[in-house]
Amino acid sequence: MPANRFNGFTEYGIGIGLRIPHYRHILEKKPVVDWFEVISENYMVDGGNPLAVLDQILEQYRVVQHGVSMYFGSVQPLNREHLQRLKTLVRRTKTPWLSDHLCWGSVDGRYTHDLLPIPYTWEAVDVTAEKIRHVQDFVEVPVVVENVSSYAEFHDSVMTEWEFLNEVVERADCGILLDVNNIYVSSMNHDFDPAVYVNSVPTERVAQIHIAGHSRYEKYILDTHDHPVIDPVWELYAQAIRRIGPTATLLEWDDKIPSFEEVHREAMKAEHFLQQVAKMPPALTAEEPVLEVAR
Amino acid sequence: MSSLLEVQRRMAEAVMAPLTRQEGMRQRAADGRPMAKEAAAYIKPNPRLESFERLEIYNRQYWFRVLDSLAEDFPGVQAILGAPRFRELSVRYISDCPSTSFTLRNLGGKLSGWLEEHPEFLGAQPDLVRDMVRLEWAVIEAFDAAERAPLSAEQLENAENPHLALQPHVRLLELSHPVDDLLLAVRKRKSARKLPARQLVQTGRQKTYLAVHRADYSVHYKRLEAGEFHVLQEIHRASPLSEALEQAFAGSALPETEQAQKIQQWFALWMSLGWFCQV
Ligand SMILES: [Fe+2]
Repeated sequence: MPANRFNGFTEYGIGIGLRIPHYRHILEKKPVVDWFEVISENYMVDGGNPLAVLDQILEQYRVVQHGVSMYFGSVQPLNREHLQRLKTLVRRTKTPWLSDHLCWGSVDGRYTHDLLPIPYTWEAVDVTAEKIRHVQDFVEVPVVVENVSSYAEFHDSVMTEWEFLNEVVERADCGILLDVNNIYVSSMNHDFDPAVYVNSVPTERVAQIHIAGHSRYEKYILDTHDHPVIDPVWELYAQAIRRIGPTATLLEWDDKIPSFEEVHREAMKAEHFLQQVAKMPPALTAEEPVLEVAR
Repeated sequence: MSSLLEVQRRMAEAVMAPLTRQEGMRQRAADGRPMAKEAAAYIKPNPRLESFERLEIYNRQYWFRVLDSLAEDFPGVQAILGAPRFRELSVRYISDCPSTSFTLRNLGGKLSGWLEEHPEFLGAQPDLVRDMVRLEWAVIEAFDAAERAPLSAEQLENAENPHLALQPHVRLLELSHPVDDLLLAVRKRKSARKLPARQLVQTGRQKTYLAVHRADYSVHYKRLEAGEFHVLQEIHRASPLSEALEQAFAGSALPETEQAQKIQQWFALWMSLGWFCQV
């Protein structure tokens, strides 16, 4: 759904991740960008350059916050200082929604700083949904959860990842940040059909989409965000927006970051798909392969 | 497997266990259990990867991430010790003091204290390393600490009993080596290699007083005179100003008029840098 209650009823177009190597370019050249996604943790500080740059960006652009360490799937309680700092930042950016990952990453007060996969169990559904509700109540903006890339599966799992996602978002009554690259990476690592995943997502809850590049190794694929998006991921993206409608989209590029122009060009490839979807009569469904992949 | 918490504890322990020299997962856990068995207890294999290998991906990612973060924060310490010794230090430190914060910014916060208990990691010039650790941590703190509204000259004069405070981004350091120069030299270089022994030996002992502070959103180090340092430190400790000033010239041969002059100069400079704020 283009605008829905999970993205604050906004119609955002194509966004770019705000990254330090691009600060100067953006502030000097003021490129036309629909919106910037910022990593919340980078700005949950007391002062200095990060907040000064953020304030300058906020004067001219719309900003959406994306977190990397809330760990909705960690069993133990949320960190109060984290929540308080996050809320302070939400007030500053006026982000229409707040995203973080469907994963865990800390236990007994120790942080791995990784996005670790959750065993897809009913206990995990309960834990995760309750945490999401808690954060949503505390920060007072819609929370949307992102599916992660994973490299391991658990014996304990009693459902598929997309079934787990569905259960969690229903119980938490939250939105989804659908990362089509992560679906692709996990589908290769765990041998499932990524199209089935995309087709099972409750479209009315999708607030935003991520696209990204990855690295292929001999026996697995790593989600590295250091390459352009590959064609099969663009195809999944096309399939997703065909079902969901034109949705706020963001290209992630976090390592070996090229020039701002190059990142921007890559992100704008999504425009081609969004335009085709906008032209499509609403009756067309995912089963009809009407979109071609941009080269 | 009994509960989600148990899976998370077991997996975190495996992920955070140090790697082998070849940067793989260790064959045995700290208590001797074979890791292949441990991994297989909760992780499924797939046709291409054993449970061990799947867990190993996370184990490697963890260490690459935290080691990179620490190396980025302490380039000066790495340049003094050389990459291999710095890496040994990092692995031991992070094993003993893993991150307890939602941000990696705080990863090096306990390094200075930890080194006091593990002097064996300080190398041939222990005090030089100690000084560099303190300087580099001060730089991290000064970078994004708060800045309050600076006190105006009027506010300073009119305050009957001035409750002065230093800006939160000002860090005072009393060091035994001029590591500020050394760190500037390190930052100018492109490579992360060890500094030449010659340069390290040249950085001889020399009492160095520094204020690490922020101006125009970048971090600067400013050398201080001993007296200047002591006054600032007393102010930071919230001592009454009269005591702070007394402290500055304790045992000094400087005539009183010149002392007064110096104090005036210092205050003028500190005010111009906006270092004071209200308590
Ligand atoms: Fe993502």
